[in-house]
Amino acid sequence: MDNIPQTLKYTQTHEWVARESNDVWTVGITDHAQKLLGDVVFIELPAVGDKVIINKEFGVVESVKAASDLYAPISGEIVAINESLVDHPELINQDAYQQGWIIKIKPQAPEQWEQLLEAQAYSQKIS
Amino acid sequence: MEKSTPLYHKHLELGAMMVPFAGWLMPLHYGSQLEEHHAVRNDVGVFDVSHMRAIDIQGMDAMRFLRQLLANDIRKIPIGKALYTCMLNEQAGIIDDLIVYHLGDNAYRCVVNAGTTDKDWEWFLKQAASFEVTLTSRDDLSLLALQGPNSFDKLAQVLPSIKDTLQALSSFQLLSEKDLVIAKTGYTGEMGVELMIPNKEVAAIWDNLIAQGVRPIGLAARDSLRLEAGLNLYGVDMDENVTPDESNLSWTIDLRDLERHFIGKEALLAKRQQGVLWQLTGIMLLEKGVCRPDMTVHVKDENNDWQQGKLTSGSFSPTLACGIGLARLPIGSFTQVNVEIRGKQVPAKLIKPPFVRKQHG
Repeated sequence: MDNIPQTLKYTQTHEWVARESNDVWTVGITDHAQKLLGDVVFIELPAVGDKVIINKEFGVVESVKAASDLYAPISGEIVAINESLVDHPELINQDAYQQGWIIKIKPQAPEQWEQLLEAQAYSQKIS
Repeated sequence: MEKSTPLYHKHLELGAMMVPFAGWLMPLHYGSQLEEHHAVRNDVGVFDVSHMRAIDIQGMDAMRFLRQLLANDIRKIPIGKALYTCMLNEQAGIIDDLIVYHLGDNAYRCVVNAGTTDKDWEWFLKQAASFEVTLTSRDDLSLLALQGPNSFDKLAQVLPSIKDTLQALSSFQLLSEKDLVIAKTGYTGEMGVELMIPNKEVAAIWDNLIAQGVRPIGLAARDSLRLEAGLNLYGVDMDENVTPDESNLSWTIDLRDLERHFIGKEALLAKRQQGVLWQLTGIMLLEKGVCRPDMTVHVKDENNDWQQGKLTSGSFSPTLACGIGLARLPIGSFTQVNVEIRGKQVPAKLIKPPFVRKQHG
């Protein structure tokens, strides 16, 4: 069974989003996504200060078998990246929701939180 | 509707992710491709490769037939030895690559790729028409590959009666034990054996190996292991549009007997005379990233002109922790090599395969 924490929100493209505050949203990929990808071996991250646009690619996660784009859940500015993933991309497989976080975004329009999928809706989508 | 091997339920019990492959439902991995890959390099793993097909060739013309059908020369292998070879069409394109086993007087067995089985079988039948040979498709046999530095120890525990003969087995040699054929061959670059087992007996041997701590290995790790070993995969690194010379397989062409005709020989020699245009070689990324099939490779020649080739295979090497691949490039030597990954030129270097050499056995 896939782990889908109730406290998080989700995108159609299998990113999870945690609202640390109105100014900081943390983004990663879901347990379901990491299982589909298999062993993650490389991640292409944006730089702090880069602008991201909702539903547009902000990076790439590569597993042994495939490369997969990462999509921003909201427009905004990158305020942090998980640098441990550069040397330990396997953290995404081991702990997708905590140590495997990918970026933190300062959102342009925090009210877009309401447009993201609730855990139940995401669960239905992948079932 | 995909076919399944006699071990299908065993794979499910072991938690395998099953995927369609060449008309079969096969295990991709049992949890982690990387862990399975390392298990084969450092310990031992077992692969169900029963989707591959054994074809027996028997009869007074068996040798004469195979000397015409195959580009390598089976006359050089005595009973109890195996040979790797290509089977060519009249244009010297590769119909398949296979291993032929010399089982006894006038008795040979070819093991062919899963995806080419039907095509191969038709080709065998067509070419055999003028020979005194009997062809038998051995659907009653399952195939296992036991690979890794501890594979002989584990097999000796499961089949103690062959312990001594097993230890004495040399590369590409085989032994028979009742209905079982065991050959020191494999597709990982590690020490190991491939076993041909009657379908009704394979589950017991599989269970016994798993009980001894042998790890089941899926197709995903099979691919990364074979790529590290620099071994071609049919359908990507070679096919009917390329010759062995263009596929790093010139060493498998045996031309020593000038009297021997084999299918594709004239075309191959003619192409050699015109000059071979392409080579297949190993490539390794010098920066982080992963090579993928079909990526463009840019190479700078000695005149500072840039030329292009393509990756045929590409993956992440778990052993070397970098991107590796096989690339089809123009003939020549190059001073600079880049792989184009998502529009970016990533520096790389050319390497004569294998990428990883076995450290054991």
